[in-house]
Amino acid sequence: MVDQNALKAVIEQVLSEMNLGSAFQGGAAERIMENSSTNPDGMTTETVVDEGFAPDVSAVDLRKQYLVENPRNGEAYMDLKQHSPARLGIGRAGARYKTLPLLEFRAAHSAAQDAVFSGIDIEFIEKMKLFIVRTMCKDKDEYLTRPDLGRKLSPEAVKEIKEKCRMNPTVEVYVSDGLSSAAVTENIADLLPAVMQGLQSFGIDVGTPFFVEYGRVGVEDEVTELLNSTVTCVLIGERPGLITAGSMSAYITYKGTVGMPEARRTVISNIHGDGTPPVEAGAHIAEVIKIMLEKKASGTDLKL
Amino acid sequence: MKLKTKLFGHNYEFKSLREVMAKANEEKSGDKLAGIAAETAEERVAAKVVLADVTLAELRNNPAVPYEEDEVTRIIQDDVNERIYDEHKNQTVAEFREWLLEEATTTDMIHRASRGLTSEMVSAVCKLMSNLDLIYCAKKIPVTAHCNTTIGLPGTFSSRLQPNHTTDDPKGIAASLMEGFSLGCGDAVLGLNPVDDSVESVARILKLFEDFKNKWQVPTQICVLAHVTTQTEAVRKFNAPIDLMFQSIAGSQKGNEAFGLTAAMLEEGRDMMLHRGTSTGPNVMYFETGQGSELSSNAHNGWDQLTMEARCYGFGKHYKPFLVNTVVGFIGPEYLYDAKQVTRAGLEDHFMGKLSGVPMGCDACYTNHMKADQNDIENLAALLVAAGCNYIMGVPQGDDCMLMYQCTGYHEPQTLREIFGLSPIKPFEEWMEKMGFLKDGHLTPLAGDASVFLDRQEV
Repeated sequence: MVDQNALKAVIEQVLSEMNLGSAFQGGAAERIMENSSTNPDGMTTETVVDEGFAPDVSAVDLRKQYLVENPRNGEAYMDLKQHSPARLGIGRAGARYKTLPLLEFRAAHSAAQDAVFSGIDIEFIEKMKLFIVRTMCKDKDEYLTRPDLGRKLSPEAVKEIKEKCRMNPTVEVYVSDGLSSAAVTENIADLLPAVMQGLQSFGIDVGTPFFVEYGRVGVEDEVTELLNSTVTCVLIGERPGLITAGSMSAYITYKGTVGMPEARRTVISNIHGDGTPPVEAGAHIAEVIKIMLEKKASGTDLKL
Repeated sequence: MKLKTKLFGHNYEFKSLREVMAKANEEKSGDKLAGIAAETAEERVAAKVVLADVTLAELRNNPAVPYEEDEVTRIIQDDVNERIYDEHKNQTVAEFREWLLEEATTTDMIHRASRGLTSEMVSAVCKLMSNLDLIYCAKKIPVTAHCNTTIGLPGTFSSRLQPNHTTDDPKGIAASLMEGFSLGCGDAVLGLNPVDDSVESVARILKLFEDFKNKWQVPTQICVLAHVTTQTEAVRKFNAPIDLMFQSIAGSQKGNEAFGLTAAMLEEGRDMMLHRGTSTGPNVMYFETGQGSELSSNAHNGWDQLTMEARCYGFGKHYKPFLVNTVVGFIGPEYLYDAKQVTRAGLEDHFMGKLSGVPMGCDACYTNHMKADQNDIENLAALLVAAGCNYIMGVPQGDDCMLMYQCTGYHEPQTLREIFGLSPIKPFEEWMEKMGFLKDGHLTPLAGDASVFLDRQEV
């Protein structure tokens, strides 16, 4: 049988090398030893599962986290650090990262990757009463590598939009996944009604909304030509960063045409819980569209 | 020029050198997007076989964009040393590759040959190199440059400290740069990508950097990565301190136009730096590049992204830069699909930069819609150090909160120095020792404590 003291020393050393922070320390070796009953050869026969959760690394407020050990002037640095969203004051383990920030980073990246590579939540979109059409892309992979196909509606989409949408609306608003399906589920329930109600309160005529899967921004010009809308607005998921994976943008055109210069689009970006909240953004979008219709311009031609 | 070969009983016939060059590339999603990539693995090899037999003279005579149409081509061609070119012009790409790799071919011999090359030759030989060839050969070609300090000396490895901020908040930027310096980042440059690229804001951040650099006596260079005309205005209007002038460059005149850039602007910017810049020089320019930017602005003239990238280095060399780096994974999966393609491109770009004669670094990076992660980029960084790369980037834990991409973190440069037995630039190393961050090549307990810079309650 393994000597109990030696085992305890090994466990303590492993824990200290893992540098897991205070949440994991303080009598941890004893707890691990208590939880493992051993047979005479020192082999674990059963593991006792404790109640409770390992710490939620996605819930850490990075501005409040300060992992540098014995800082010279920690308070002053904490004050300064409040002015940055970056991963600062994270200390080190040798020349490398401590375990906690390493796990936080991996968690943030996993959310960003899932936002790009996971499919849309069909149930949610149907609940929003949006019908779903596709671009020429047949899957996510093609969407990521062929921006040209992501700017064109499929023949089926063209047919369906013509059948289901009211023609010649003053404003056409629709939703697209873009590079983040998470942005759609996180924002649309608030954002889309806010835009629609905002426009209606100004007495502006709005067409039938729908959803474009595998869509790039440029699809809105084909939609404009198809429905003969004066203003077209797409609410589309942005490329996720690690700070947030659910950021959304609105790209709005006045009398857009396929192949027009990009500078003619008006962009309202950074719509998410920690940026411009969706309800507020929706009201802002409606107001911008109102000005656009009055001044008959969009993009760099429009001075807001 | 032979444009035909047989492989496994199939005839492969190419219509032009342009087609051979495109199809001889390792697989890249950008070449597929352009519709010029090899259709099959066998066709790719057939193109390599044909290219191996092409002479350097044939490559010189077929520039990617005609001389008459393109100032990038003119600058590259006019900078060629004709005597040196004559010594190499009859070599085939295969022979040139072996000449570069031979023990008898010294660093000095390659530096000399470099002056007789055009970018199409650099691109061609790159296409016949394996990844380990690219590392082995680049390692033979150190390229140094001097601004306030000397970068690229064998035995050193450097980094850019990139304290980007979502709103350019001076306090937030200060918090970031302090942590970076305390971990040994920033001997290549302290350089910020601004959110607000107004002349006034750029001047303000340059002043902030200068004040910090002077107060703490940091032996490095400072830069704000705005457009060349904005930086020039910041000097003219606000007398902004400036050690390095930055610009993104492309491999064709049309590509540069998409950046709002002409060769005359770069000439003027450099001239301004030499007369009113704050640094010692003579190397006072900083360029960034990246495969695929020409295709994204439809300025590739039907050529492959590797060749267009090589032309960036041929063009940039003309302005005697202190720093040149590819931002290799920033552009997205439609140009470089996954970790394998980004790794290859990073090694290619570093090799081509060194062979062209520019002091090459690399922003080893990826976006969240690319099939790559932090492990992949750490791998690439290690391979680049093995290849003798001058510098990489450093941002807080590899997560750039402003540009929304990930690259190497503040912790990486020192980690890699310790693994490979390298040091920062000498005066910077001495500064780190004086500050108490480094001793005998290792971090001290004080390293990583940015609050050291707040000791006297000052920023």
